[in-house]
Amino acid sequence: MRRDVFQAIADPNRRAMLALLARQRMTLNGVAENFRISRPAVSRHIKILKECGLVVVIPQGRERFVEARFDKLGEVSDWLEKYRQLWEQRFNRLDEILLEMQKKEK
Amino acid sequence: MPSNNKVTVTAEPGKQELFITREFDAPRELVFKAHIDPKLYVQWLGPHGYEMILETFEPVSGGKYRYVHKDKEGNEYGFHGTFHAMSPESMIQTFEFEGYPGHVSLDCMVLEELPGNRTKATIHSVFQSVADRDGMIQNGMEKGVTEGYERLDDILKSF
Repeated sequence: MRRDVFQAIADPNRRAMLALLARQRMTLNGVAENFRISRPAVSRHIKILKECGLVVVIPQGRERFVEARFDKLGEVSDWLEKYRQLWEQRFNRLDEILLEMQKKEK
Repeated sequence: MPSNNKVTVTAEPGKQELFITREFDAPRELVFKAHIDPKLYVQWLGPHGYEMILETFEPVSGGKYRYVHKDKEGNEYGFHGTFHAMSPESMIQTFEFEGYPGHVSLDCMVLEELPGNRTKATIHSVFQSVADRDGMIQNGMEKGVTEGYERLDDILKSF
């Protein structure tokens, strides 16, 4: 299965978990308390986020803390950025054509 | 010539659509003309480094289009679709990459008049699935990366 940032943020529950973890690190139970889905379902989502490199799980005593790692999210904006540049080049050429057209009209 | 008008691309995770917006320092009628005049259209649509061959172009409701992007190695990438509306207020067309047949997007473009003889263009593309949309963006990214390497080559040559 795909394990990258896009897979990680494709699910609304996982997006909500990341939003929650952005503020503070939390125990697995702490995360689960904020969701109406089952505890195993929460664990599954956290596991996917972990495999996608967006969270780390740190054992501390009896507890397991989940911490967000947001440097990976940069990949998303980078991904769109290249597509944006493609359109930018295209529209910059259109600008030149529009400029020529306006010169001719005068 | 660098422009102060920036392109924005919005593609929310998990959705089948994307939006592209851009403003132009030209009146709407001219921006529209650059979309329906084949001589003008070929000058700006093709990606950098590709020859753009406009084979069929009937920019009226019910009309067809087909164009080919040809790279330096002679590889050809064909695209085709049908126009459903063709006015400055609303340009609607289907879009299909022939390398990935059966995956068609619906592209709607609106040109809005702004004060000072300026124009705002908004493209709304809807895909058949999230995977189709992400694939389209990914494909654009690969081209972007290739072009990035080409620029790097130019820089390295200058040493």
